[in-house]
Amino acid sequence: MNLTSFVIPLLLAGIAVYGSGKHVDVYAALTRGAGEGLSVLLRIIPALVGLLTAVSMFRVSGAMEWISGLCSPILGFLGVPPETAPLMLVRPVSGNGALAVASDLMAAYGPDSYIGRVAAVMLGSTETTFYTIAVYFGSAGIHKTRHTVPAALVADLTGFVAAALAVRLFFGT
Amino acid sequence: MAMTWVWTGMVVLSLIFGVAYGRLDSVANAALEGAESAIQLSLSMAGILCLWSGVMEVMNASGLSTGLAKAFRPILRRLLPQACQDSETLAAVSANFSANLLGLGNAATPLGIQAARRMSWGCGGVASDELCLLVVLNTASIQLIPATIASVRAAAGCATPLDILPAVWFASVLSVLAGLASAWLFSHWGAER
Repeated sequence: MNLTSFVIPLLLAGIAVYGSGKHVDVYAALTRGAGEGLSVLLRIIPALVGLLTAVSMFRVSGAMEWISGLCSPILGFLGVPPETAPLMLVRPVSGNGALAVASDLMAAYGPDSYIGRVAAVMLGSTETTFYTIAVYFGSAGIHKTRHTVPAALVADLTGFVAAALAVRLFFGT
Repeated sequence: MAMTWVWTGMVVLSLIFGVAYGRLDSVANAALEGAESAIQLSLSMAGILCLWSGVMEVMNASGLSTGLAKAFRPILRRLLPQACQDSETLAAVSANFSANLLGLGNAATPLGIQAARRMSWGCGGVASDELCLLVVLNTASIQLIPATIASVRAAAGCATPLDILPAVWFASVLSVLAGLASAWLFSHWGAER
């Protein structure tokens, strides 16, 4: 049993009991909110179709490997193991893709190796940036995202470099 | 506009590399499969999205979200002063942050979307500084216990999958700070131009 399996039922039960205690028609409120969720979903779908089409083309075209190769010298300079370059490229666009790449790295180098640990910390300290941006702005009807993308990418890059640095600090290479 | 560049760049690079590596067949298939997988993903997240939107509604009706908002107000008042003027936006952002901290990414998204929609009212499709910041914070991970990563490590045969926690926190904090700082810097540069 992991922690998440404890959190969700506890939250649901706790919120329902608290609501009932406050004389709220919990079930009516729940279904009313769920209905709103459905309309949000309809607004997200177009953004998802656009994003996932481009991501899946990009992944099979081989562009990813080529860019990874291009990045390795820079990564070495930043103290990030070049083996994690594919992970850093997939991470902002695909959560499942990043999980798969990280699993491969852990299987190849071992979960307690330097590279395996860096991969895990990278995964834990960043998010699926472009998915988040597409979903949030898609549902809010925003087409001018201004400085969101560069700022989010700076945060991601910092997270990656900090992941390698943290593993070296706490575990050594 | 930035997303236009990202999308066009990815599609054009896919075409170029597809031709160069002779993988054009797979690239063509991938385009169609990607579009299809978007609908599958939407369907698989539909239930979760509706569930957490419903839970948020219960929290609103019972006053629980007001309590949560009170707890987060000291931080949020500094980060998002305008959003804090509206109590429902503040409640949605607080719930979004709590879900992120608990590692419930599936719950965090619908809650954050609710906040983003309220914050985008009357801005004519242009993201405000605060909306940019909300999205940047959501693109940087702020979870306390990365349960998914722990399970991946355990699956790979790691005996102590949570021993990376301090490293994850360290990297998360630095990444969030970098996001905050660059959002602030970029918005000020943009204002000057």
